[in-house]
Amino acid sequence: MAICCSELALDRWRDCENCQRGEGADALPTALIAETAHGPRVETINHAARAEGVRAGVMLADARTLCPMLQVRAADPAGDLAFLERFAVWAQRWGPWSATDPPDGVLVDVTAVAHLFGGEARLLADVAARCQARGLATSAAIAPTAGAAWALARFAADGTVLPPDDDAMARLAHLPVAALRLDADVLLVLRRLGLKRLGDLVGIERGTDGRDKLQRRFRTRRAPSANPLIRMDQLLGRVPEPLLPVVPVEAPLVQRRLLEPVRHRDLLDRVVADLAEDMARALEARGEGARRLQLGLWRVDGEVTLRELELASATRDPAHVCRLFGERLDGLDAGFGFEMLRLRASWAEPLHLAQADLEAAAEAHGTSLAMCLDRLTARLGSHAVQRPVPRASHVPERAQGWQGPFAPQPAEQGQLAFHLRPLKLLDRAEPIAVLYAAPEGYPRRFRWRGQLCEVARVEGPERIAPEWWRERGTARLRDYYRVEDALGRRYWIYRSGVAGDGRGGSPEWFMQGLFG
Amino acid sequence: MDSHALLRAAALPGRAARNPRWQPGLPLPSHSELFTPAGEASGAGMALAFVRDALEQASAQAGAVAEQREVLWVQDRQAIHLSGSPCRAGLPLALRHRLIHVAAPRPEDALFAMEEGLRCRDLAAVVGELAGNPRALDFTASRRLTLTAEKHGVPLLLVRLDAVADLSSARARWRLASLPSAPPRWNPDAPGRAAWHAELFRARFHQPGEWILRDEPDRLTAQRVQHAAQNAISAPDHGDLLQRTGAGPLAGL
Repeated sequence: MAICCSELALDRWRDCENCQRGEGADALPTALIAETAHGPRVETINHAARAEGVRAGVMLADARTLCPMLQVRAADPAGDLAFLERFAVWAQRWGPWSATDPPDGVLVDVTAVAHLFGGEARLLADVAARCQARGLATSAAIAPTAGAAWALARFAADGTVLPPDDDAMARLAHLPVAALRLDADVLLVLRRLGLKRLGDLVGIERGTDGRDKLQRRFRTRRAPSANPLIRMDQLLGRVPEPLLPVVPVEAPLVQRRLLEPVRHRDLLDRVVADLAEDMARALEARGEGARRLQLGLWRVDGEVTLRELELASATRDPAHVCRLFGERLDGLDAGFGFEMLRLRASWAEPLHLAQADLEAAAEAHGTSLAMCLDRLTARLGSHAVQRPVPRASHVPERAQGWQGPFAPQPAEQGQLAFHLRPLKLLDRAEPIAVLYAAPEGYPRRFRWRGQLCEVARVEGPERIAPEWWRERGTARLRDYYRVEDALGRRYWIYRSGVAGDGRGGSPEWFMQGLFG
Repeated sequence: MDSHALLRAAALPGRAARNPRWQPGLPLPSHSELFTPAGEASGAGMALAFVRDALEQASAQAGAVAEQREVLWVQDRQAIHLSGSPCRAGLPLALRHRLIHVAAPRPEDALFAMEEGLRCRDLAAVVGELAGNPRALDFTASRRLTLTAEKHGVPLLLVRLDAVADLSSARARWRLASLPSAPPRWNPDAPGRAAWHAELFRARFHQPGEWILRDEPDRLTAQRVQHAAQNAISAPDHGDLLQRTGAGPLAGL
């Protein structure tokens, strides 16, 4: 859907003068002028001036000769453009996205939207009614392509709808070539060539080598606005025409409504600090920092006080903002108290997220477990930070596995309480030299790491058979003993195999664990 | 200055009142060192007993909310080689499911891991195990650990295997050795529950002393060892420095 504001500048001027069409200031002949190198030129004229014979585009001096009482106002093209952007955002009420179409139009995507308004015709009626209420003279049209909608909005009757299954060329053939959104010089060329209607262009294209000739005529024109063939294809939807949608940017705004009006300065500072923290959060979410901040204070009696703050560089540090506002709030008249405070960042610039804050928070409150383990894992590797978990095995070195600290712990079968396990297991069982064994089978004296140990007390054996489904058939069984030597050191030792089991020579002794 | 305004010496609180004797159940000091021979697990066993005891006391005081924070156990490679790594089935039941083990390749990494652990608010305690006197663990590193532990309130128990008691800022320093255990009730020939001879030879808040500690199923019990020399008021403790005057770096000064 294309909406064309045919008298945009005049409508804005009337809005500023606060008068209706043909009333008040608009009753006098008025021209909006622009300063050019050759003097002021008339840009736009109102209806009264047109009745006097003034035409747009002439120099002001010429217009004055025709109509000496001509009122003159300066045109505001930049303001018109800004209004057009706001208008495009407002026009998103009729479709999911819209694009400005300078100097005086707006394009709205109404694909699969019209039924929400009761059909295309009622949608266009709604557009006309609402623009009328805003005091805008508009004409709108709906077509399958942006180019066709643009052409129909400007050169056909208001409210024209071109259904997608209709023959577009037949409906558009009578429109002038100006409906192709071409530059003025190209239009001049086409007029000199005698091509006045879109139907003429199509007629040439349908000829034997007409398109080829036109192509050669405009072969140096790459821009769509200078090449009627590209525009024609866009009009009929043969080539894509990307549009740049407008995206409304809202200034970050935070506010606090207070249950009780604030009359004292320290309370006010507290509320401002809260607002600054809210604002910091809002800005951080957008990756921005504030350059200008407006603090609005609503008093109970309806008075509004504004305090503005400009910052040298983009920032969102709440403490910094609070300190700066603290000076601006001196000498504030609180009256019966403030009931609402609103902080708005009217100018924000991109500001990268900073990590310093993270470290500072960790300094003050300690890190979380996840953060702590992340740091450890980053330096030592994930295999270094692990949690012991039980595994389904009886062999001690296999009965324990290691897994990541946050992996779910596997289900555990209840341990038998009468089989005590040592506090620590050696990485691999170390052989010990048994110097003297008791007749019952356990060593009375052994040497481990060059140290002599006299066994004072012993408990065992606890026999653990090899796991035949994992190990080779020659694996020997183990008899575990808990021993305590004369000095009170408690060990977990085992004998690998028994004499005469046919799986090797005489049994060997090993040290596997240490009791606490 | 007006000397009358000052307190008289007699009015000062007594040494015993300022420095009560250590007893089990007191809150853990922020940084303890446990010196133990490498061939036994008494250091780790007592560190865990301390942690368990302190956690139980804390949760008893706090009420019904049981402490569920994790315990970090940091070992360097040499300590793992000398005395092994933790065995889950042998851990105290309360700590079995909430132990995170860090195997640091070098003492520097172990110190880093301990410091990061002390900064973490989700850890109940950090147990460290270092073998020997690594160059990285000098007084500065030790003080760094103490300050971090004090700042964040996570106690550190540093087990030193086969180490000389050099300069350190630990708030309590223990020297440990295994003791023959009490015979179990049903099998007097079997080894019983762990018992240690613990000498608190340097402490900031307590008088030095010697105890026999026993790891009973529900708590840690202590029995004071009386020496003739300790009955007199103990002399100022310069033990750390005097021990090393021949060989330490201070000798050249």
